[in-house]
Amino acid sequence: IMAATKASKEQKYDRQLRLWGDHGQEALENAHICLINATATGTEILKNLVLPGIGAFTIVDGHTVTGEDVGNKAHAATELLQELNSDVSGNFVEESPDKLLDNDPEFFHRFTIVIGVQLPESTCLRLGSVLWSASVPFLLCKTYGLVGYMRLVVQEHTVIESHPDNALEDLRLDQPFAEFQNHVKSYDLDSMDKKDHSHTPWIIIVAKYLEKWFSEHNCRLPKNYKEKEAFRQFIREGILKNENGVPEDEENFEEAIKNVNTALNLTKIPSTVEDLFNSEQCNSITSQSPSFWVMLRAVKEFVHNEGNGSLPVRGTIPDMIADSQKFINLQNVYREKALQDAAAVSKHVECLLQSVGKVCKNASFLRVVRCRSLAEEYSVDSVNKDEITSCMDNPDSEMVFYLMLRAVDRFYQQHSRYPGVYNYQVEEDISKLKLSVNSLLQEYILGVNFCHYVLGSAAQEAIKIISHQFVPFNNTFIYNAMSQTSATLQL
Amino acid sequence: MAETDEPEKKRRRVVELTEKMVVDGGNGSTCEWDGRWNHIKKFLERSGPFTHPDFEPSTESLQLMLETCKILVIGAGGLGCELLKDLALSGFRNLHVVDMDTIDISNLNRQFLFRSKDVGRPKADVAADFINSRIPGCRAVPHFKKIQDFDETFYRQFHIIVCGLDSIVARRWLNGVVLSLLVYEDGVLDPRSIIPVIDGGTEGFKGNARVILPGMTACIDCTLELYPPQINFPMCTIASMPRLPEHCVEFVRVLLWPKEKPFGDDVILDGDDPAHIQWVYQKSLERAAEFNITGVTYRLTQGVVKRIIPAVASTNAVIAAACATEVFKIATSAYTPLNNYMVFNDVDGLYTYTFEAERKENCSACSQIPLDLHFSSSSKLQEVLDYLTESASLQMKSPAVTATVEGKNKTLYLQSVASIEQRTRPNLSKTLKELGLTDGQELAVADVTTPQTMLFRLYFTS
Repeated sequence: IMAATKASKEQKYDRQLRLWGDHGQEALENAHICLINATATGTEILKNLVLPGIGAFTIVDGHTVTGEDVGNKAHAATELLQELNSDVSGNFVEESPDKLLDNDPEFFHRFTIVIGVQLPESTCLRLGSVLWSASVPFLLCKTYGLVGYMRLVVQEHTVIESHPDNALEDLRLDQPFAEFQNHVKSYDLDSMDKKDHSHTPWIIIVAKYLEKWFSEHNCRLPKNYKEKEAFRQFIREGILKNENGVPEDEENFEEAIKNVNTALNLTKIPSTVEDLFNSEQCNSITSQSPSFWVMLRAVKEFVHNEGNGSLPVRGTIPDMIADSQKFINLQNVYREKALQDAAAVSKHVECLLQSVGKVCKNASFLRVVRCRSLAEEYSVDSVNKDEITSCMDNPDSEMVFYLMLRAVDRFYQQHSRYPGVYNYQVEEDISKLKLSVNSLLQEYILGVNFCHYVLGSAAQEAIKIISHQFVPFNNTFIYNAMSQTSATLQL
Repeated sequence: MAETDEPEKKRRRVVELTEKMVVDGGNGSTCEWDGRWNHIKKFLERSGPFTHPDFEPSTESLQLMLETCKILVIGAGGLGCELLKDLALSGFRNLHVVDMDTIDISNLNRQFLFRSKDVGRPKADVAADFINSRIPGCRAVPHFKKIQDFDETFYRQFHIIVCGLDSIVARRWLNGVVLSLLVYEDGVLDPRSIIPVIDGGTEGFKGNARVILPGMTACIDCTLELYPPQINFPMCTIASMPRLPEHCVEFVRVLLWPKEKPFGDDVILDGDDPAHIQWVYQKSLERAAEFNITGVTYRLTQGVVKRIIPAVASTNAVIAAACATEVFKIATSAYTPLNNYMVFNDVDGLYTYTFEAERKENCSACSQIPLDLHFSSSSKLQEVLDYLTESASLQMKSPAVTATVEGKNKTLYLQSVASIEQRTRPNLSKTLKELGLTDGQELAVADVTTPQTMLFRLYFTS
């Protein structure tokens, strides 16, 4: 039965396993998510987490059923959600978050992530502070009319597998390692027969021609457009010609020429990674340090020793025109070097061998996301005035919705209800709301002259936090369904 | 605009509203309960700085939408399930849904209208049942059919069409249908003949949503270059020089299976049959071992054979929500619709980009400009076919060409019927002159990418 369940889970989750792998899925299945407020918004977010198979969820909601939300509340919500996926276990706590904060704030410490929906400002700040100290990620969501809002609050979130789109290859042609140089030596382009010549990998071709170029140009790489163009021409002249002097059709040489630009990129450590190397967490490793920092430190040690200033070799090469044997042999040269480098990093780390491999392969793409706390965002002393005022220079900026939502929250604080719930309140509330906006703006001395989409996004951001794969947003996302535009702000 | 009530009117109104607000469960006899449409009523009854210039708020708008608006949802898969839910919850009651597929277990991670007990049943049927039973008053009508099984009389009945398709060919076909419904009087487009099409697409963590007003905005074919060409490995790589595990699987699929016919003479490889995939997997491993290639797994094998595209619930939820929002906007004229293309990507943070895709002046589908072909009279017919399939703006799949030669209608080449293909194959290596074609002659081309035959004019360059 265990095997059958495992097999059917593999089939059910097949389409998503291809995105985050079995280890990502395992992280999801070990997660326990807390949703505060089972509104339509909240249950929709949870649906998008239950379907991919999170381990468990707990809904916290102290409200009773009203006409607008029938079918989306509390107990019924838990049942409906559980029915979506029998692998997931659901719980329900009929209590307001404020009560829980009063009586048992440590209740929230057990969760992998807490998602709060349509929470009043005071609750957000209180809960935010508890979760910040407990290092539990907190995701806030609000929908208001056709505007959606998300705020991620997490002190430090590390990402090893960021899965970048369009990453550059790590070929080291500008500083070839010894094993690669030896491999290149095993080729003699001038004495090869036509078949071998036409099926030599372009990486070898560029390396060979670079060697020749070095000897004629004082060991300097082609630098500007003119030199790169000359280098391309140099390679082109190497294409075999038939007995009439007409160049043969050698696709591998065409590939070499096409790839010259990127192949000659200098191998260097990305600034994002340099910043991580220079951060305090990397430089003061203690027994309490999370493994991410331990391994990062080990990579840094590698860079300063075995790596001679460079990161561990990634070990992958793109596909290219070549016969099987030449390609596999070349691929193995890179793979073995990568394993060697990883082993060297391992020596700097006692345990965690599995994870080290991943850290090395992804060394260029390591990311850490740090969000400002809610307290910092809301406090008069540390509010991000610059971001707000510069956005407000642009009349179409989504920042105006952020200010509106804050004003709505302020309104709720003052009147214990949201503006304009009933038609008769609208006109009066508009002026009250204006006062709230003004008071908000005045307080921050800004002197400024005022959904369902967000819910799918919210679920995916939660999955990123749980799986530590792909990079979450930092830290405020606003979606405008009226114009179908969005903005990410750091507040 | 809010009412400016005097105190007594106000008090009575409060009582009225309060009575309406008290609920625990609903009014069992009708499937309306008070407060049910409050969220949506708030949009329609209040005007604000962001509403559409033509918009007049009223309670009638809501009623109109609920009762009369007929929406066609194409596809009941990842996007389709979300679309049906979003539209039904927004208040649309007349929904039709078309899908030619049955439910597979790998759908269950995101197509939430289906359960494991539904595996094998038609998606359209199960989706409609679920919606109708969970959302009182909704009348979703399923069609377990291909979109090509219907003609324009079917499509004409809808106010808005929203697509959650997984193929560009299907999109282009539908695009052709709505274009064929356009009515022009004295060269002027009759706006009543326009059926807006809202098209959504997703792939992993990426997606897009677009609004097409046929005859007015860019159509699918106007932006054909936006769709990346499908990756197909060269035959020589597959046959004699594999380097990647994918090459090994393609070898088995394309060359070994037809040769060994492991499950019988006429049995085609079925990606959904685990026994078939197991066979391909084993043979791929053998092939890989021959060349020292690592990385062939069952999952990779199935992915290559079925051309699987990874998918998650969240991206589909986002794009469907964007599309449903556009349906709502257009149906109620409440807000300005998306103009006209939005892309979404949440691999790194959240990224959206909205732009106005432009109509192509000489679009093969919507421009009404006759299309010219320029070839030398000594060019072979094959060259013409190559142009039709390889041109970035046409991208036909297997065009069938007919022409009037010496007064008679002659099929020059047709691939889809084996006997005709055999008969017309020799024409491919004949020159246009040999085939009896003349300068300025009309060629009629049919293809899966368009519901109607396309006419080209052939001009000889020499």
